[in-house]
Order: sequence, then structure tokens, then C-alpha cells
Amino acid sequence: MTLNREYLKEVFLKGPLGLTVISVVLGFVVGAVVLLIAGFNPIEAYMAILRGIFSKPKYMSYVIIYATPLIMTGLSVAFALRTGLFNIGAEGQFIVGAMVAAMAGYFIHLPMLLHVPVCILLAASAASVWGGLAGYIKARFGVHEVISTIMLNWIALYLSNWSVTLKSFGKQGTGKSYVIQETARVDLFGQWKITEAGIDFIRSHRFWGDILKSPVNVGIIFAIILAFVMWYILNKTTLGYELRAVGYNPHAAEYGGINVNRSIITSMVISGAFAGTAGALQVMGVSHRIAKLAAMEGYGFDGIAVSLIGNNTGIGSVFAGVLFGALKYGGSKIQDAVGAPTEVINIVVGTIILFIAMPKLIRMILQARNKKG
Amino acid sequence: MKKLSVVLTVLACCAMFLAAGPVSAKKFKVAMVTDVGGVNDQSFNQSAWEGHKRAKDELGVKIAYKESKQDADYAPNMETLTDAGYDLIWGIGFLMGDAIKNTALINPDQKYAIIDFAYGDETPKNVGCAVFQEEQPSFLVGYIAGKMTKTNKVGFVGGIKFPLIEKFEYGYMAGVKLANPDCEVLSQYAESFTDAAKGKAIANNMYQQNADIVFHASGGVGDGVIEAAKEKGKWAIGVDKDQNFLAPDNVLTSAMKRVDNAVFDMIRQMTEGKFKGGQAVVYNLSNDGVGIAPTSSKHVPKAILDEVDALVAKIKGGQITVPATKKEYDAFVK
Amino acid sequence: MNSIDFSHKAVEMVDVVKKFGDFTANDRINLTVHKGEVHALLGENGAGKTTLMNVLYGLYQPTEGAVRINGKPLSVKDPNVAIKNGIGMVHQHFMLVEPFTVTQNIILGNETTKMLGMIDIKKAESEIAALSERYGLAVDPKAVIQDLSVGAQQRVEILKTLYRGAQILILDEPTAVLTPQEIQELVGIIHNLTREGKSIIIITHKLKEIKQVADFCTIIRRGKHIDTVEVDQVTEEDLASKMVGREVSFKVEKDPQPQGDRILEIRDLVVEDSRGIPAVNGLNLDLYKGEILGIAGVDGNGQTELIEALTGLRPAKSGQALVREKEITNLTPGKIIQQHGISHIPEDRQKRGLIFEFDIAENLILENYATEAFSKGFTLDFKRIYRNADQLIEKFDIRPQNSKLAAKALSGGNQQKMIIAREVANDPDILIAAQPTRGLDVGAIEYVHKALVDQRNQGKAVLLISFELDEVINVSDRIAVIYEGKIVGIIDAHDADEKEIGLMMAGGTA
Repeated sequence: MTLNREYLKEVFLKGPLGLTVISVVLGFVVGAVVLLIAGFNPIEAYMAILRGIFSKPKYMSYVIIYATPLIMTGLSVAFALRTGLFNIGAEGQFIVGAMVAAMAGYFIHLPMLLHVPVCILLAASAASVWGGLAGYIKARFGVHEVISTIMLNWIALYLSNWSVTLKSFGKQGTGKSYVIQETARVDLFGQWKITEAGIDFIRSHRFWGDILKSPVNVGIIFAIILAFVMWYILNKTTLGYELRAVGYNPHAAEYGGINVNRSIITSMVISGAFAGTAGALQVMGVSHRIAKLAAMEGYGFDGIAVSLIGNNTGIGSVFAGVLFGALKYGGSKIQDAVGAPTEVINIVVGTIILFIAMPKLIRMILQARNKKG
Repeated sequence: MKKLSVVLTVLACCAMFLAAGPVSAKKFKVAMVTDVGGVNDQSFNQSAWEGHKRAKDELGVKIAYKESKQDADYAPNMETLTDAGYDLIWGIGFLMGDAIKNTALINPDQKYAIIDFAYGDETPKNVGCAVFQEEQPSFLVGYIAGKMTKTNKVGFVGGIKFPLIEKFEYGYMAGVKLANPDCEVLSQYAESFTDAAKGKAIANNMYQQNADIVFHASGGVGDGVIEAAKEKGKWAIGVDKDQNFLAPDNVLTSAMKRVDNAVFDMIRQMTEGKFKGGQAVVYNLSNDGVGIAPTSSKHVPKAILDEVDALVAKIKGGQITVPATKKEYDAFVK
Repeated sequence: MNSIDFSHKAVEMVDVVKKFGDFTANDRINLTVHKGEVHALLGENGAGKTTLMNVLYGLYQPTEGAVRINGKPLSVKDPNVAIKNGIGMVHQHFMLVEPFTVTQNIILGNETTKMLGMIDIKKAESEIAALSERYGLAVDPKAVIQDLSVGAQQRVEILKTLYRGAQILILDEPTAVLTPQEIQELVGIIHNLTREGKSIIIITHKLKEIKQVADFCTIIRRGKHIDTVEVDQVTEEDLASKMVGREVSFKVEKDPQPQGDRILEIRDLVVEDSRGIPAVNGLNLDLYKGEILGIAGVDGNGQTELIEALTGLRPAKSGQALVREKEITNLTPGKIIQQHGISHIPEDRQKRGLIFEFDIAENLILENYATEAFSKGFTLDFKRIYRNADQLIEKFDIRPQNSKLAAKALSGGNQQKMIIAREVANDPDILIAAQPTRGLDVGAIEYVHKALVDQRNQGKAVLLISFELDEVINVSDRIAVIYEGKIVGIIDAHDADEKEIGLMMAGGTA
């Protein structure tokens, strides 16, 4: 018993898990203080969030749907970070992936079993090019990837907006593209849902009908597979060995005969593919089309937070993505439920990240408590 | 002391009960989903919320809003409000067209309404649509601009090139040409509804090209346009709301699109049991759905305003049909 | 013997214990330093010397025991308290802001201000100039740090402690980064300091320097106090065996061996340094099988660039390097390692030689991870990787014997053993060893030298680059002296005369 407790204490004090949990708790505490100052009852607000996440099967389904793209952009950022690169460009790679998936889903006619993989593959490849470009610019000209990916984000945004103005692709006057073929969709029962039989089913079955009200799709399965793929590449393959070596110490990697420049490009290509897949699945599973963007939607930027909260690991990104999805979806419910601004949720998330970035502080708090106890 | 407070509390409760009791048998609840602009966009989301607030004050309905941060939020936000049991749920902006339709089909007993979007024959029975003839107020401010320009050059800044925004553009251009056939109109789109810096850059560029009045139909981008006018000492023309308060000496007039009136109107009809589902209601000069800002008289000479009034009468009477598309505009100027 | 005032105990550390969790870094250590005394603290890497000094300097709190300064009990809670009580520390890695001037660095955090908070730089400059003169430090207060040599930077660090009123100076491995000339200068400075009544504690594992400069020496082994001796009364061998805990041999044992075939040929090689200045400037050299060729020279005469060019880490501007008549200049490091059989023990082992975060097993395959020995197709074969690691750990006595331990958890000596194990396991034809014993203790040095001689005895060619002339003379069969990017002379190690080589290293003719 004592041994077990010692072990737990060790994991908690030294490992990243305890740090993350404490940071999350502190994030909510700070959020509560902000709510109090703004004149809202934090308990009521947090209850509204919990109700907004757990009170209906549909809500939980939505949390998963919100989490899906964030997990994948999180993986994208985490993969790059593990290899020593800071991919701010997941946002742009997401946009490119979404655009190409929408095009492939609309223009190409194939049976479903082929169409879905073709769309994902094309989207991931295009986003790979987008990410790889930043890698190439760094390898060839020494331009820091943070700068180049920020630029590429804007280029992606405007490229996507421009594509919607094309007569053959954009539905004139709506600011949206045409919807993709049904064979390219990965959501479940999407068409059947709005037939009379579907509406009847939804109205007569409480649990499944409720879940079907949300755009349930298989994206989450892809996200979990990708998390595994990331873990496998990094930890089990020679490529992963190279990339990690370069990430940890490029000088030693060069000394050992690893081509550092090639590794930088490869890493950005893979990172881009992850973000592109996120964009593709968002189109194929949820939106079925792309729309003109008035501003960055933040999938890639949220991915940075997901990656940090998830300690840059595959499995960590999955859990952090779900947490983030829940905060994003459930958190917005305090707006109509208690009238509090949703910005509070952003403050909570920001605080969590701030605390995670300050492991020393958390350890001090933990150890101080330990001393007393 | 304690006794006193108890008595006071009881009294207060009684008073509230008495006050609230007889006014309405049923308290209606109305909510709206904003588009990505958010509720404080100085533009039509805010205007819609003002309509709600007026409904709260005058009709005693309970109101709430929910902001969308991205495209994918529309559907879940609709779902959330549907679950919360509101009597009427608004979608602010045509971007929400699909989301409202899908939710409305699955929840046929719930009433919805949407701004700036019409489904034509496919309008679900439980959805009311409010659309505007934005070209009409644009035409009027265009006329004012054409009359008042000293350089024979005016500008137009659009948000994103949607047909909705083009209604502003061509209405405005037609007004300018009617007032002053020699006047040139510079026109540019910012490809954004939020990027104020870009609006400022575009407006500055237009002023440098010697335009002296710039009209914008671009949401948050317009903040930059108005700022540029203020810095350069030129004229800007506001949109949607009376934007004179943003720069009292530089906002000449505003093409008002009374989203607040439309929202209030439909909420009132709903509380009276006369909800108009399954169709689109057109708001224009005839039903005070659009117009020019009341502050126009500050800077626009009375003579010109009189001419504008005459134009309003003609439009209402059908003698003038204001162009809303490029095709109609080309026919109009011929 | 310095002028020691035995009546004045400047530092007393009594039964100091410092524990990190279950690990006892210092176990009842006693240390007394008098006024005007130079006291050496000797021990292997990881013996607990630096921990003890960090306790004195206030960076760590002792678990047990007492510290007295000038007879007064003192609880040194942080370095500020230490500084106030006249303790100054010069770390092994300098803590200077490179683009700042000497004065700016010295007054950093301790600025004297004029009216309105303006820094009185003039006053500080003159004070620093006076201090510099008094102790013979020869530092220009207006010079910018990045323009100074390593030795001068160290003197700036010493000045910094003096400026803050230090009476007791702790020097952590002060000679590790210095050239032989600079070491001599440092010895002079230390004498100047003690003459003025300062007490000095030197952390080191270089026996020669202890003999040269210290009055007393305290030896620590595995956290325990072994002995405190008067330096004049003991030999270097005595000190070494106390430190390591067994007899140590300084003489590198090697039998004469006939020179084999030529394997490496360097012709008119020119290599530029990072600033674009030719650091290797028309260098010619031949290396034969079965010999250790030592390159002697003062740091900064092109050694680093030469090695980097030979290993593919830096492009050669012109000239050639041929292995078995095949050109290797400007090939990638991978090709040079895999196809031309060159192994390389790098000069900066932490920057080039290992990856801190990788475990021992992963570090041991840095060059061969993609070969059939450790991978199947795209995937790594962890069974073989860890079996390989266990074998090498056993064979090369890497401690702790845990292949899953991250490299950063190893001591410097064991890190070096790990690198040597990897490079030797490659079974190279040529082994380039750059400063292979830098920062290592006597026991580890002995080990490294043996490994090099082993390679030579197996008929491999070994190129040894070292700034320690003793080492070059001791280990090599032939000695090439490098000066300003050229080989200025080649001498048979049997006939080597330290003075003659020293002269050549300084640019004089033999």
C-alpha cells in the first residue's frame, strides 16, 4: 500500500501527468475568479458547462466532433515539436487540406471505398507540400519555420478564399463551395437523417436519435489511428530515430551521418500531412464544403495548445484534444445559460497553458504541500 | 433590524409578484446565434441584438444570445438553443442558411428565423426569413455622395464579394451616377469582414487617388475606413447602423439596414401568435426596414436631403427601381 | 608556500552532509581554508566537489553540518549572502553577456548609479582598471567580451568576484579551458591574490596543477572525505591513488610497432572557419596504419577545422584528403563513416558526440541505426539494439550499467566511455580522437589512453588531437606540430623534447 502510494507520488511529482492535472485545476480556479469578478456565479457557470457536455448523448457526441480536428492538428504540432520544429503553420496546412478535400470530393467521381481514401490522400499530400515548403525554406535558406509558416498560413487562407470564387468550384453568391459527393463523406447516415424516415427515427429514438442530431462521423477513429501512427513513426522506425536525433541535437545528428536538412523537410512534410488530414476530415465529416473565411478559424492554433497540454505525445494529444473540444463546445454554453462571456473559457485555457509552461512553479506548489503533509 | 429586513423582503416580493403577474400570462423566450462577427461587431449582429433588447423592454420577452467562433459552430449552437426551449431562435446572417434549415427539418415544432436569407419555395414551415433591399439606402447615400463630392471621385469598400454586398455596391453606384453622371466610383473589396487595418489601407489609398467620400459595406473592416476618413479629414459613409458616433465630423451619412426593426417586428408577431413561417418578409423603404441615418442633416445640406426625400417617394411609388446586380445596374445607367 | 596566516580560518566546513533524495552527494566532509592559502579540492567526476562548493556558495542547503566564515557561523541561504560575506565563485562555464563590455559585465546587478539612476560607468571603469592592475590581471575594462580570449574571459570572472569584495575565491575547474600559456598566467594571478591575503579554493582533477599552485589538498571520493594533505609532502601518484582508490599508472604502456601502409593522405588542405578566414591553410600530413599520430598545438591553430573537414562536418575550400587513395573531401559525414571507415571521438562531446535525451542504447547506434545490424526495413530492431548496448556497457565498463538510462544522467567520464565504445565498435580503419580526455579524471584518462593504444596495436591508424602536450608526448608514436593551419614539424615521440615542441607550437623554429 505504501509502496503504491510512493509510486503514485513519484509519477505525480516528477511526471508530466501531475503537472497537467494541476494546471487544468488551476486554470479552472483562475476562470472562477474571473467569473466572480465579472459578477457571475462560477459554480453555476461550471455546472452549465458540465450540463452542456454530459446531459445529453448528443452533447458528448459534439464534444468528440469538436475534438477530432483539434487532436489531429495537435498531433501535427506535436510531431514537429518532437523533432525540434515549431509548426505554427498547422492552421494553413489545415486550410489547404480542407480545400483540396473539398475539391477532390466534388470533382472526382468514384465509389465510396475509393473516393474517401483518395480525398484524404490528396488533401494530406497537398498539406504535406505546404508544410514541406516551410521545411525546405528553412533547410535551404535558413528562414525560421515560425516566420515562413505564418506567411504560408495567410497564403493558404487567401488561396482557399480565391478557390471559392472559381465558377466551377464555388457556388456563386453563397461564398461557399459546392458540397462534396456523398461518396466522399465520412459522416454516418448524413443523407438519410433528413429523409422522412430519418426524421421519424430521430424523433422516436431517444438515445440514438439524439446522437444522430449531431454530425457523427468516423473522424475520431482516424484521429486515434494517426496518434498511433505518430507514436510508431517516432519510436519504432529508423526515420523516427533520425527525426528525434535532429530534434534533440542537430549537431550530434550531423556528426552521426544524419542528413539534417532532409530531416527538417521530412518532419514538416509529415506534420503537414497530419494537419491536412484534419482539414480533410472536417470537410468530409462535418461541413461537406468549404466557405470563404473572414479570418483564421484557429484549428491549427488550438492544435498548439493541444500539443502542449498533451506533452507532445500522441496519446496526450488525444486526451488534450478531447479536453479542449469539451471546453470549446461546453464552454460556449455559459453564454446563453448564465449570460457570461465565453471569453472566460479562453482565459481558462490560457491559464492552463501558462501553468503547464511553468512546471517549476507547479513543482514548488506540490513540494510545499508535500512538506506540510 | 433583522425584522425590518424581513418585512422589506416580503414587501419587495409582493410588489414584484403584483407587477409581474397580470402583464403576461406566458413569458416568451427568444434567442439568437451570431455569425463569426460576434455580438459586438458594430454591425448587423449588434443591430439584431438591439432588436432583441427592444423586444425585452417593450414586450417583456426573455432574451439570450450565443456567439459563433467558426463556421462549424452554427449547427451545434442551433442545437443548443433548440434544447434550451426558446420560443423563437434567430440565425443572424445568410451564412447560417444551411444550419437553420437542417435543424428546422429535424425540429418541426420549433420556430426559427433568419436574417438575409430566403429559401424560396423550399422554406420550411417553421422558419421565417427577413431580407432587405439594401440597394435602396445605398442608392440614397450614393445620391448624396454624387451631389457632395468636390473631386468628382468617390469610393466604395466592400467586405467579401457576396451578392448581398454587391446590392450595396450597385445601388450606391446608381445613386452616384444619377446625381452626377461625370463622377467616378472607385470600388474595392477587402475580402474580409473583420480586418480593420485592411479597410484603413484601402480607404487611404482611395483618398490618395483623390476620392473625397468613401462608402463601406464591410462590417468590422469599415472601422478602418472611418478611421482613415477621420485622420485624413475626408468623408466616410457608414452602413447598417447610424455610424456617425464613430467619427461625428467625418461620417457624412449612413445607409441604415434596420435589422433591429426586422428582428423586433418578427418577435412581436410571434408573441401575438402571428408568426410568418414558410416565407420571406422583405424589408425596404416602404416598411421602414431601410433608410438613411437621422444624423445626415448634420452635414448634408437641406436642399440635397429634400431631393433625397423626393427619391424615396419615387422608389416607394415604383417610379424608380434601384438596381441590385451588375446586370440591372448596366441597364439602369444606359 | 604562500604566506598563510594559520591563525585565521577563512572557511570552515564541518561534517557537511548533502543528500539528494536517497543519494548522498557529500557525506560528512570537513574542509578548512586559512587566510592566504590555496586549497585544492580533488576528486573524480561526480565525487561531490562541485556539490560541496555549491553548498558553500549558497546554491544548495546542507542537509547536516555547519559552515563558518572567518570564525562566524553562517547560514548561506543564497549566493547573495555568500557574496556579502566575501565569497566569490568562478564557474567552469562563464556567466558573461557576450556583447557587453568587461565593465558592463562586472557591474551587472551591482551598478553604482549617479543622479536619476544613470549608471556611473566612468567610475566603475577606473575602479576595475585599478583592480586589474593590482592583481596583474591585464584586462581592458572597455573591451567587449566576445572579442576576448577564453583566458581573458576567465580573468574577467575573477575581476567580477574581486569587484564585489571577495576574500575567498572558488575556482571551478579553472584550467579546463585554458592553453598552457594561459595556465601559467593563471598560476601567477593566483600567487598575486594570495599575497594580498585572499583565500582560494580550486576544484580540479589535474594533479600537476595542484602540485604547482596549491598548499593543501582535500581529496574526496564518492562523497566521502578521504584525506587532507600538505601538497609538498606527497607525489602526484599519491594524490592519484587517493583520488581513484587504487594504484594509477601515468605511463602509457606500449610496445614499439613497425609503421604500416599509408592510409590517410592530406594534401594542401585549406579549410575556412565560420568567419570565412582560412584556419587550415595548406596543410600536408600522412597517417599510417598501426600508429598514433599526435597533433600538438595551441588551441585555435586550425585543429577543429581540420577534424571537421576530415569528418565531413565542414567543407574544404581547396586541397585534398585521401583515404586509401580515394578522395573524401566534401563527402557527407555518413559516407565518410560508412564507406571510408573513419570514426571520430569529437572534441565537444556534449555538442557533437551524444544526444542527452537518448538513452545509452540509442546513443550507441547513432551512426548505425539504419544498418542491418539494428534495423529491419524501416523499423528499428530494439532487441538487437539493447543487446548491443548491454555488450558494450559490459566491455567498456560504462556505469551505471543500465542501457535505458538517458545520456544526460551519466558522468562526463562515462559519457566519453560511451562515445569511445560506439566509435571503436564501428571497427574503423582510422580513429580520430579530438581532445579525448578533456575534463576527465585520472582513472578515466588512463582508460581512454589504453583504448587508443589498443586500436593502434590492432593495426588501426589513430589521429590524436590534444592541447595537453604531456598527453600527446605520452600517447603518440609520432608528433606533428600545428601552427596557424600548417604542420610546422614532425617529430618521433621517442626523441620528443617538451621545450622544443613548445617552441614550435608558439611559432618558433625547431
